[in-house]
Amino acid sequence: MAADTETIDTVNAVTGSGYKYGFETVLEMDLAPKGLSPDIIRLISERKQEPAWMLEWRLAAYEAWLKMREPEWAFVHHAPIDYQDLHYYAAPKKKTGPASLDEVDPELLKTYEKLGIPLKERAILAGVEGAGSNVAVDAVFDSVSVATTFRETLSKAGVIFCPISEAVREHPDLVKQYLGSVVPVADNYFAALNSAVFTDGSFVFVPKGVRCPMELSTYFRINARNTGQFERTLIVCEDNAHVSYLEGCTAPMRDENQLHAAVVELVALEGASIKYSTVQNWYPGDAEGRGGIYNFVTKRGACRGARSRISWTQVETGSAITWKYPSCVLEGDESVGEFYSVAVTNNHQQADTGTKMIHLGRNTRSTIVSKGISAGHSSNTYRGLVRILPRAAGARNHTQCDSLLIGHDCAAHTVPYIESRNPSAKVEHEATTSKIAEDQLFYCRSRGLSQEDAVGLIVNGFCKEVLNELPMEFAVEAQKLLAVSLEGSVG
Amino acid sequence: MLRIENLTASIADKPILKGIDLEVPQGEVHAIMGPNGSGKSTLSYVLAGREDYEVTGGSATFDGRELLGMEPEERAALGVFLAFQYPVELPGVGNANFLRTALNAQRRARGEAELDAVQFLKMARAELKRLAMPDDMLKRNVNVGFSGGEKKRNEVLQMAILRPRLAILDETDSGLDIDALKIVAEGVNALRGPDFSALVITHYQRLLEHIVPDRVHVLAGGRIVRSGGPELAHELEARGYADMAAEAA
Amino acid sequence: MNDIAQARAPAAIGAEGFLARYAGLRARLPGDETRRDAAAESFRARGLPTRRDEAWKYTDLRPVAALAFHEPLLATDTDFKLPPAPGARLVFVDGRFREDASRLPDGAAFTPFARAPRFDALARPEAHPLVALNTMLAEDGAVLTVPDGVDAGLVELVSIGAGGTRHPAAFHPRHAIRLGRGAQMTLLETLIGEGVYLHNPVMSVMVAEGAALAHVRLQNESQAAFHLATVYAGIAEGGTYDGFTLNLGARLCRTEIHTRLHGPGGAAHLNAAQVLRGVQHGDVTTVVAHDAPNCASRQTVKNVLDGRARGVFQGRIEVAQAAQKTDGYQMNQALLLSPDAEVDSKPELRIFADDVKCSHGATVGALDPDQLFYLRTRGVPEIEARAMLVRAFLDEALTLVSHPAARAALDGALSAWWEQETA
Repeated sequence: MAADTETIDTVNAVTGSGYKYGFETVLEMDLAPKGLSPDIIRLISERKQEPAWMLEWRLAAYEAWLKMREPEWAFVHHAPIDYQDLHYYAAPKKKTGPASLDEVDPELLKTYEKLGIPLKERAILAGVEGAGSNVAVDAVFDSVSVATTFRETLSKAGVIFCPISEAVREHPDLVKQYLGSVVPVADNYFAALNSAVFTDGSFVFVPKGVRCPMELSTYFRINARNTGQFERTLIVCEDNAHVSYLEGCTAPMRDENQLHAAVVELVALEGASIKYSTVQNWYPGDAEGRGGIYNFVTKRGACRGARSRISWTQVETGSAITWKYPSCVLEGDESVGEFYSVAVTNNHQQADTGTKMIHLGRNTRSTIVSKGISAGHSSNTYRGLVRILPRAAGARNHTQCDSLLIGHDCAAHTVPYIESRNPSAKVEHEATTSKIAEDQLFYCRSRGLSQEDAVGLIVNGFCKEVLNELPMEFAVEAQKLLAVSLEGSVG
Repeated sequence: MLRIENLTASIADKPILKGIDLEVPQGEVHAIMGPNGSGKSTLSYVLAGREDYEVTGGSATFDGRELLGMEPEERAALGVFLAFQYPVELPGVGNANFLRTALNAQRRARGEAELDAVQFLKMARAELKRLAMPDDMLKRNVNVGFSGGEKKRNEVLQMAILRPRLAILDETDSGLDIDALKIVAEGVNALRGPDFSALVITHYQRLLEHIVPDRVHVLAGGRIVRSGGPELAHELEARGYADMAAEAA
Repeated sequence: MNDIAQARAPAAIGAEGFLARYAGLRARLPGDETRRDAAAESFRARGLPTRRDEAWKYTDLRPVAALAFHEPLLATDTDFKLPPAPGARLVFVDGRFREDASRLPDGAAFTPFARAPRFDALARPEAHPLVALNTMLAEDGAVLTVPDGVDAGLVELVSIGAGGTRHPAAFHPRHAIRLGRGAQMTLLETLIGEGVYLHNPVMSVMVAEGAALAHVRLQNESQAAFHLATVYAGIAEGGTYDGFTLNLGARLCRTEIHTRLHGPGGAAHLNAAQVLRGVQHGDVTTVVAHDAPNCASRQTVKNVLDGRARGVFQGRIEVAQAAQKTDGYQMNQALLLSPDAEVDSKPELRIFADDVKCSHGATVGALDPDQLFYLRTRGVPEIEARAMLVRAFLDEALTLVSHPAARAALDGALSAWWEQETA
């Protein structure tokens, strides 16, 4: 068991190394008073210069939220959240939407640097001409979009990529048509809260037959003290359109817990495909479990048209609590849903994450690959639903979820729900739980690898299937993150 | 005897067989050779009655009876046997139980007396011995955990026990080493006689060294493009399919 | 995974009738009144489980709550023709022991619960509403003890729901099976009946060090009956609980088996098959708690569903921090034979130890068309081919029943089922 002990020591050592992204940007903030009420919602709507229908939509969501209770079924525990003790609006004191990158606060650019945003993208953000990137970044700093690049290229292709608040003003018909159509206002407690108070996020619209000419990415940051972050993202792909969207998150170190309740809605019409990739490494709290982000996210995609495809890929290494089930509603015949996930928990982190695949159309297919790694005193749960409805003849699902445990004090849970109401559907589910095998470690080490490198190598191999799904721009950052979060725990 | 006339068939609306004409008289062994994708497996599945293959025209009669509308088991009872290219695994189904159920179902359909377990085992053991196969072949689950060669030998064993009047061998030689190939060929040859016909479907000529056909047909692009004696197989081996198909076109 | 957070269940359902019956019977029920009263209080507060309880997400007891159940008649003549007993047989009619129809075992000591009414700590009323209901109303049952080192052989436990009265009857037998150190027994439970009734048995099983119990349940209750069985088994060091349940009967059935491996080196096998049709609803729910190191658990659960039947499987493997070197395996498969059948499956792993090997698999589908075609090309008519494949599917679970008489009983019941299916 020597190797075992060493592994754990290594993990502890890494854990002690502290959060790499624990810094705070000093910026002047414009804060709304604490608490949630119809008046605060009116204030948000007014600051965002929203039309009346948007305000009504928010107020209806608020009414629904008041009647709901926080869900209890997830395997996560936390002190009660005082929803009246949060700010629901915070914006840097600047005119909204700087006209050019020159207006971006230099502090912010420094922040990007510390975040390790790929050099290429930083160059674009800094306004370097001819940086040659094909990545458009709509960076969200706290609640207001502060930089948008490549809008011209995108608009030439007919693609709309802008802050959601701008879309509400500039493209009200599109927003009205699709907002809340995948995640209804009263879908769940956190979605209702988001619908009432969301302040920013991205809107993407790719018209018929257009392949979005570049990968789209948004970096979210939570910065202001005690500010709930309520992002709202809406991506619509018309017939035979295609887009790949990258979302990355880091947040600075905080003593108090911060609430994040985002909603992401995807709509894919006939033959359309949307690839949504996330790397999440928000502050997970310290080694004793103090602080850290509460991440309660609702992500859902609707494959509305025949042969449409929605693919979710996520690497979740941060947050004190992750509650997140990116899902696919497969309405169109022959539509495809995919979920690839790596979730790493260390110290006192808790993750309850997975997916729902709802098969409505004929010959719909879904694939679920989930890799959970628990270390320290953490708890890591895969929770997934595969539901085959009577019309979904010929539907197929394959689910593989594997858990890896590192150390004696962590927990790994697998909670799949499989419901089939069509005899021609075929559902397969496999799950395994194991620790890193001593003989694998020994083999690696006998070839000259250090304990840390061996663990890292094995964990990377364990996650390979999922990491392969990430776009190149993200794969490197994701691997770095795995190393950082388990650098402590693994190597 | 088997008579196929202007047979056309498609899978998922894609035409594969585009008008096959073929006659296998009683007691003869014919070979069908052709490149990949020429429709060889489709032809065997259509003759055996697989559902995903849609017959769009033509006919295939056996002893004057139309096969194409029949259920697969009715064809089997008539004496049509398909040796699969990829024999299917049946976890939990014992080989002996499987064979006896099949044999008795066929006998019942033909109005013959069924065999009881003792009679069946006696007969099956004799066939095993003749084919130099171990007794435990009967105890194992159908094709489960069998090597590729064992699966093919199991097909031959079934043939020996079920005694078909027309055997369709769908690339039975694929994946076999030379010893297994010989055993398979001997199994088929042992059945040869005035009441037994066979359609041997193969990509390569080497199986035909061991099962010498009376006639050889070349299938390309969903049609029989050439027919001839056993020497045609050698010619094919020497010239290749592309050449011959081009010539026929 | 209810997305909408719901308020707690407002009112207990289905409690009133049973509580009224308890009030009427309380004075003449055997055993500890304070235990029964406490159970009644617990049942009053919670009522029957509802679908809001995560453990009852897929099984709805409202049909049970909607019926008024009466006490079974005291003396019932039964026409049930039981096959001759191969050995010991304990017969219960409507939950009451019938000495006249029974043959007492040699190796095991038997006492009817009515004469030795003891509630043990394994089945706790506060932990389970159906245990509360049972504790409140239990009249009789089998208390079987196998002394250290004794092999009691095969013991049959037959339950007959007599029905036949004008009102649906309900009975709540309480069984306790104890195996001493190194003792062995095969317990074959046969559950049959006719008419409408609720059978709500609770059984506690204690397997001492090195003992082995094979527990085979053949649930073939009346097609109009409700069968809600709860079994708690505790397994000491080196002990084995080898369980198999076949659910064929009942309109609504839930078989819930909790096993706790509390000594090192123990083994729990929780195999099951459900073969259902019509509007039957069958639920197999299992929990295997690994509390000690080096234990193994094995589960193979098969569902065959025809007509509008609905099959549920929920299986949870829990591994405590101390239970290092746990080896847990679970396979759950369902065959849907009709477009209206439904299957719901929730295999769950909850792991708190790192040096473990746990896996589960689940598949749902129809008969494999390739296999069906293969059989038909060999001359097997479709209906026979289907039967053959379904039997093969079930055999993977049935072969795990090692006692020949128990296996024969299961095979016989399945053959009868097939005759009806193909008639």
